[in-house]
Amino acid sequence: MNHSQGFLKDIQISCLVVGWLLSNTASIILSFRVWGGQSMTDSAPSWFFYSAEMIHSLFLINHLGDIFLEKHWKSVISRSVCDYFFEAREKAVDPENVPPVLQTPHHYLISIYRGKLFFLSVIQTEVPPLFVIEFLHRVADTFQDYFGECSESVISDNLVIVYELLEEMLDNGFPLATESNVLKEMIRPPNILRSVVNTLTGGSNVGETLPQGQLSNIPWRRAGVKYANNEAYFDVTEEIDAIVDKSGTTVSAEIQGVIEACVKLSGMPDLTMSFMNPRLLDDVSFHPCVRFRRWESERVLSFIPPDGNFTLMTYHISSQNLVAIPVYVKQSINFFEAGSCGRLDITIGPKQTMGKTVEDLKVTIHMPKAVLNANLTATQGNYTYDCTTKMLVWDIGKLNPQKLPNLRGSLSMQTGVPNPEENPSLNIDLKIQQLAISGLKVSRLDMYGEKYKPFKGVKYVTKAGKFQVRT
Amino acid sequence: MSAAMVCRGYIPADECVDDQRMINVSLLTAFLLVLGGTVFVVAHCLTDNLFLCQDPNQFIRASALRVLSSIRVPIIVPIMMLAIKEAAADLSPYVRKTSAHAIQKLYSLDPDQKEQLIEVIEKLLKDKSTLVAGSVVMAFEEVCPDRIDLIHKNYRKLCNLLVDVEEWGQVVIISMLTRYARTQFTSPWMEGAEFDENKAFYDSDSEEKKDQTEAKPYVMDPDHRLLLRNTKPLLQSRNTAVVMAVAQLYWHLAPKHEVSIVTKSLVRLLRSHREVQYIVLQNIATMSIQRKGMFEPFIKSFYVRSTDATHIKTLKLEILTNLANEANISTILREFQTYVKSQDKAFAAATIQAIGRCATNISEVTDTCLNGLVLLLSNRDEAVVAESIVVIKKLLQTQPTQHGDIIKHMAKLFDNVTVPMARASILWLMGEYCEKVPKIAPDVLRKMAKTFTAEEDIVKLQTVNLAAKLYLTNSKQTKLLTQYILNLGKYDQNYDIRDRTRFIRQLIVPNEKSGALSKYARRILLAPKPAPVLESAFKDRDRYQLGTLSHSLNLKATGYQELPDWPAVAPDQSVRNVEIVEPQRIKADLFWVSNVHCPCVCTESGSESEEESSEDSEKTSSDSGKSSSGSEKSSSESESDQKKKKKTKKAQQKKNKPAADRYAEIPAVCHTGFGSFLPKLEFITIMISFFYDFFFFCQHCLFPQNDSKNPTFRTSGISLFHMSFQVTTSSFGPLKTYELLHHMTGKGLSAKYHFPRQPCLYQPSMVAVQVILTNSSDHALEEIHIGDQSPASLNIHCFNTIERLEPGASVTVSMGIDFSDSTQAANFQLCTKEDQFSVSIQPAVGELLMPSTMTEQDFCKEQGKLQGMNETSATITMATANASRQAINKQVLSVANVGEVPSSQNNFSRFGGRTVSSRALVLLSLELSESSGALLTINTEKSVMASMLLRDLKQALAQA
Repeated sequence: MNHSQGFLKDIQISCLVVGWLLSNTASIILSFRVWGGQSMTDSAPSWFFYSAEMIHSLFLINHLGDIFLEKHWKSVISRSVCDYFFEAREKAVDPENVPPVLQTPHHYLISIYRGKLFFLSVIQTEVPPLFVIEFLHRVADTFQDYFGECSESVISDNLVIVYELLEEMLDNGFPLATESNVLKEMIRPPNILRSVVNTLTGGSNVGETLPQGQLSNIPWRRAGVKYANNEAYFDVTEEIDAIVDKSGTTVSAEIQGVIEACVKLSGMPDLTMSFMNPRLLDDVSFHPCVRFRRWESERVLSFIPPDGNFTLMTYHISSQNLVAIPVYVKQSINFFEAGSCGRLDITIGPKQTMGKTVEDLKVTIHMPKAVLNANLTATQGNYTYDCTTKMLVWDIGKLNPQKLPNLRGSLSMQTGVPNPEENPSLNIDLKIQQLAISGLKVSRLDMYGEKYKPFKGVKYVTKAGKFQVRT
Repeated sequence: MSAAMVCRGYIPADECVDDQRMINVSLLTAFLLVLGGTVFVVAHCLTDNLFLCQDPNQFIRASALRVLSSIRVPIIVPIMMLAIKEAAADLSPYVRKTSAHAIQKLYSLDPDQKEQLIEVIEKLLKDKSTLVAGSVVMAFEEVCPDRIDLIHKNYRKLCNLLVDVEEWGQVVIISMLTRYARTQFTSPWMEGAEFDENKAFYDSDSEEKKDQTEAKPYVMDPDHRLLLRNTKPLLQSRNTAVVMAVAQLYWHLAPKHEVSIVTKSLVRLLRSHREVQYIVLQNIATMSIQRKGMFEPFIKSFYVRSTDATHIKTLKLEILTNLANEANISTILREFQTYVKSQDKAFAAATIQAIGRCATNISEVTDTCLNGLVLLLSNRDEAVVAESIVVIKKLLQTQPTQHGDIIKHMAKLFDNVTVPMARASILWLMGEYCEKVPKIAPDVLRKMAKTFTAEEDIVKLQTVNLAAKLYLTNSKQTKLLTQYILNLGKYDQNYDIRDRTRFIRQLIVPNEKSGALSKYARRILLAPKPAPVLESAFKDRDRYQLGTLSHSLNLKATGYQELPDWPAVAPDQSVRNVEIVEPQRIKADLFWVSNVHCPCVCTESGSESEEESSEDSEKTSSDSGKSSSGSEKSSSESESDQKKKKKTKKAQQKKNKPAADRYAEIPAVCHTGFGSFLPKLEFITIMISFFYDFFFFCQHCLFPQNDSKNPTFRTSGISLFHMSFQVTTSSFGPLKTYELLHHMTGKGLSAKYHFPRQPCLYQPSMVAVQVILTNSSDHALEEIHIGDQSPASLNIHCFNTIERLEPGASVTVSMGIDFSDSTQAANFQLCTKEDQFSVSIQPAVGELLMPSTMTEQDFCKEQGKLQGMNETSATITMATANASRQAINKQVLSVANVGEVPSSQNNFSRFGGRTVSSRALVLLSLELSESSGALLTINTEKSVMASMLLRDLKQALAQA
């Protein structure tokens, strides 16, 4: 550690060795039994097999099926346990289709699939499966937060931090510190400058101060925050989930909203956010910092924010309320029996956009297997057709109400294969700046508890979530 | 146990700057590399690290325990046990939380410790900190889930704390409380109430139900209501596991009409990750079978998207089918029509089955569905056709009216269908309804006879069946065909088919041997068959508790605990009553006062307090819980400021005795501490001494020049022990006065303190301290008061501010300090108008006691209860001057604030006392023997205190 990065890794390895030795007691126990003067002929002691923690081990598996990281919180479980998972993975064809909960003769496997990686946890006893799933996602979120993305290469590059994080997040199989603010106090996220400095000076990324956050009853905020510029930004993002049928009528539509915050305020600010029309919100969930009683009685969000980025609340506006659909789609997709070809004609126009421009418009179509190629012309934007994945993507960009974008042309089909029964459905992506489609508006944001004047900003964006047009 | 954690244990201990820190890290590395093989040496280094260093920093105490408890070596079990007990009584809630985690680890290491661990759990369950609650309930669930009696007294507190507990703890507490409630309260579901869901449309029925309720009034236990009310806000949690936990709690505990409040939140979870959706949908599927009404308004949320994963699609389909009723079936069927065309063929097949289920459940649409399915028979996809045939077969069986044309249609399709199951289904239909299609059936049989050898087994079996049935109804046309098929079957490779053929032949072809049975052949083969019931795959899942792994897998997972059924008669409610202790209120009051000093807390809790004051009085306990955590917070903030002061304090404590001298005493401490484990401890002692050699080797080699400047973690810990020891020996008589602040350092202000040994006026758990303040400067001092305090959770009752102290004058003030039965120093600042001085009061262990009067009988009885682990004894040599009984009493009373117990035996002296804070009994007995030796025994649960007391007494009695 004094001299080079390489040495640092050595230490980590030696620590792992020691950790392994400590956790794998079998050999040590035997030697102790001799020391203790007890009989060696005892049958295996019951505690050796007894294990009651929630999460026993974690395996990270890449999309090729290689286990590239494993972590055991108690005893080591052989990698062979993953074979059951690989079997299910084979059977499912698509990684999305792997059942999250699997059973093996001695263990249960709960897995999540995030960013082309499987997080596979091994458990031995009854535990609420959502508990494990939620935790695994929290691990993935933390990696994302620390390294900017959650991928195999990034995790392999930061193995030391990853192991440190996993060690702190779970104690004996039970979640310990999962709050990003607390973790960052203990284990500092990597950056280039620090890694250079660490390499030269032999420092480590272990925090120098003790994490006070864990102790207080506001564990999400670290103590002694100081900023030169005090600012608080809130992004209100709404996503429209809709199914529109062939004739253009809305089958189902709902709005999923989320308020993401980036708060950089010194000290212990106490914020209060109020809305113009809070009754709109059907169902809400909050970051633990939000005082629920205030919400219930006054419909205002009152909270001491965590430092940095966090999700303040998510809300749901269900189909009972009228949900505005910003665009309409005129489409016709036909496959002809004769000549093994098909025609495609899609036009998109604005519907209820509240006077704003629709941007980043994109149509994705998952074509049937029989479609070999597409020969189309777009009046606006570009289209691509990937023959292997059968994905037709039409990137339109900004929607011009005067000149509606259109995509038309022919599809060449495989001969001798019966025509597909169903027309593929269109998935639409779009973005409308400066608009929350539900009409939700933040009326004011007040700060108490600190004297300075912060800079406050609110931004609204509407996006298409799972927006599907059936054909 | 990562290096990071161990590093963290060591580094901050030294409050070091960067270069020192590096040295420490390298030292640690040397440890791990050299000692990697002999793991237990590391183990024991950490063990005594924990014991000897009652480090002032709670994080270090916590990390030490965490590391210690992660070492899974059975020999350290007794040490771990002691450490856990000690940590469970720690001032810091974080350390207590860690001890709760350690309980589980120790239990999995040695289940024999169960009884003792339960005691610790019992103690920790009483804890009011939100940090501890989750972890201790987790430990409870692991170690003694059946000891429901431990929960009674804490039930209301847990309910009230629940909202403030961290999310993972919430899940555990909720599931524990669900089980608890099922054993303690009566069912809120009245008889007949289960059906009101379906009958709700009929007014007459609901009125009838009202009558019923009047006849048998059900009053919900207020505690039951408390649980439901306090879990409801958690439905808004961002943690999906918490939401699911609350949902299952409502499902299993709430009155039927209240369950529906969880619907919205569950539907919200469907937006979450794929895996979360999967679990939530499974649970909704089970719920929707029993309670259609709950999810019906949200039916559109279960519409399938083409981008969903297959298992999500299937689950959504399942729920849609469950929710289908006369009112919404048309929209659902329209949805199904789109799904049938899906490119995902497995999903399309599942949809066809779902249509079949809807058709059987809702008689109005049976015909529509059947027509739709028949249309699907002309589908191009084989799988769809096959599935349709199978479903139609089932439907026709339930509706055996004139469906001749459908059967004819299927017969026409027969040549094109290749899926064996579908072919078999058609054949079965032909046979069953051969009288409705008298012309076609023999023709199908003819075709089958031609291809018989090439068919799958299941098709062959059905062919034999068809042949037999036709032979019975239409033997003229089919006799030869049947015989041909039976002959083919006789030589088939599959023994099932050979078997069946032989059986059928005997049954239908009359010969001399089988007269009796063949008479009934017609009745056997053509008996009317009951229609299959198309049921949800989730029908029987409700036997498992919702949200569990077992429910998800539909099989009993290891460690699954059945949810107990409601008791017929509620057990005694009064067990949950907790007498409201007066000090709690005082504490709460103090909190509001302390708010004034610290604005950030004030704003936060102030807003809450307004709301809470309007709440009913039941909340008092939760308020006090909150307030205590609030004050913890405020003090933890100030802790960082205190660091520097600690550093100076440490420097004062550091002694320059030769190292060897210090360490020579260690084995003795161990012996007295864990006397009952002597054989093992001898070994430990050897290992420890080996370790010390090594440690010193490292220390001297690596930074010999730093030895005096750089006090290590360990040495500061050792010196701590010495302090307490020296203090007691240096003075004599009950009123020893200690220096608090010297007039040189205090810029003229000097302070001395002594323990008056009176009960404290402010709070019974405090030790009374009198401080004599003297002004030895030449000017008057103003505003003498107490400033910041540490450790964080320290509870000090300060004296009132002294406005003015003239030169040369002195004043005596009294304070109360709650040491929580530890000899950890109370650090605080003595402030004047201009200056602040950090001072600390280090109590001798004997001052943490108060005398307790008891008879000799009581003494012996109590002593009997405190054997084993709780007994510490040593043989001591007494100075000759102390031979008389009076002398002994005088010496003992000078060391410890205990009361003498009248003794009938002359060679026995007994003393009784209690610890001030936790009121634990401390029993001293001294058995004199010849030649000035004596056996000193101390019985108390506070084993660390006992060993310290023993040392002090030993020293005192040995002196003249």
